[in-house]
Amino acid sequence: MFCALLGPNGAGKSTLFALMTRLFTSPQGRIEIAGHDMARSPRAALKRMGVVFQQPTLDLDLTVQRNLDYFSALHGLSGRTARSRIDEALDRLGMRDKASEIVRNLNGGHRRRLEIARCLCHRPKVLLLDEPTVGLDAATRQAITEHVHDLSRSDGLTVLWATHLTDEIRDGDQLLVLHHGRLLENGQTGELRGGVPLAQHFLSLTGETE
Amino acid sequence: MIPALIALRAIIAREALRFVGQRSRFVAALVRPLLWLIVFAAGFRAALGLSITPPYQTYTTYEVYIVPGLCGMILLFNGMQSSLSLVYDREMGSMRLLLTSPLPRWWLLFCRLLASTAISILQVYAFLAVTALYGIQFSAAGYVALLPALVIAGLMLGALGLALSSTIRQLENFAGVMNFVIFPMFFLSTALYPLWKMAESSELLHDICAVNPFTHAVELIRFALYAQFNGMALLWTTLTGLVLLALAIWGYDPARGMVRRKS
Repeated sequence: MFCALLGPNGAGKSTLFALMTRLFTSPQGRIEIAGHDMARSPRAALKRMGVVFQQPTLDLDLTVQRNLDYFSALHGLSGRTARSRIDEALDRLGMRDKASEIVRNLNGGHRRRLEIARCLCHRPKVLLLDEPTVGLDAATRQAITEHVHDLSRSDGLTVLWATHLTDEIRDGDQLLVLHHGRLLENGQTGELRGGVPLAQHFLSLTGETE
Repeated sequence: MIPALIALRAIIAREALRFVGQRSRFVAALVRPLLWLIVFAAGFRAALGLSITPPYQTYTTYEVYIVPGLCGMILLFNGMQSSLSLVYDREMGSMRLLLTSPLPRWWLLFCRLLASTAISILQVYAFLAVTALYGIQFSAAGYVALLPALVIAGLMLGALGLALSSTIRQLENFAGVMNFVIFPMFFLSTALYPLWKMAESSELLHDICAVNPFTHAVELIRFALYAQFNGMALLWTTLTGLVLLALAIWGYDPARGMVRRKS
């Protein structure tokens, strides 16, 4: 399932992500990831979650392989298991031939793809991506958006995709519209927007004219 | 291998790889104490004679006296530097990556601490290798006994940095840390002058130095370098280290994050 979290800047998307990844916790409310309560069994919840943060979190001076090794080890994978999972993830994103490159030499699109490959290594059930296409050119943006849509269809992954760009959302996606920390809409994108283009629908909801 | 150890190995390997990649950082860490040793201590040798106090059994020149303090200085600087990189990391993401690992948070922080301590220890030994070439040598037993002392002192100073990075937001730039943490800790300790010398000038200074945890870290290192054991220094360094580590883990508790955000 692909679920888009749409909201203008400052809507609270990143705060929501910080809460969902247990960077900090809130005294109120309840967060459940793949059936695991974040407050009661945070480690079980984190284990089933793959995250791509808005800011890049790669070691630029290390190779692609080293970056993936490090991440896999943080999730308790080592040896042959880690290697096969890493190769699998690299293949999935078409990055196998880049394995021994230094990350600094990769372009923005490849770095993003690497981060997506990385968060697949521990075979999560849920993927969280916080504005993963920021700073990428249009073609790369579309390719990555398409790729993650594919992942949500072919692998039974649940994807939560935060964005402020309406063209990254398909009619079949579930749509959550967030504005000033409040949930304005929740439903299937096609049904919510009716006959109007999503961009226009979004603008009329958030009431921000430019 | 169990996941916790896999993660520990990976965190140390990452620090080591990053360290190898940043040669300038290594050179800077080496040049700083060497400058003190060669320029500062050489000048002071004439002015300052040191009487025979343990662990010294004979008259000691100032250059020899200052070496353990400079080892401590390397640990102190590195502890602070890695704490700052944590603050930086936390904004920039690699700390986030670490903290979203499905391992206990205290363990992850401890691994990070151990990794930065391991790097500090490498630097101390590199420094001692140069001082040996310069003519200040210690016994083989001293170099071996030094290792556990460096681990404990390094963990304590690293925990100090970790605790600072999690609790005090104003210390995000290095100048602030230099002025308010590194300089007072270094100068108000036995790194440069022995306690009795401090007492000669001021009782208050002496008392401050005597309670400064960095003094105990330096004394632990000093005795170890002569293959001797200083129980008092070990006790205080360990206790301070545990308190600071507890403070750091409390500081990185996710439930506190929200409070920080709002303020």
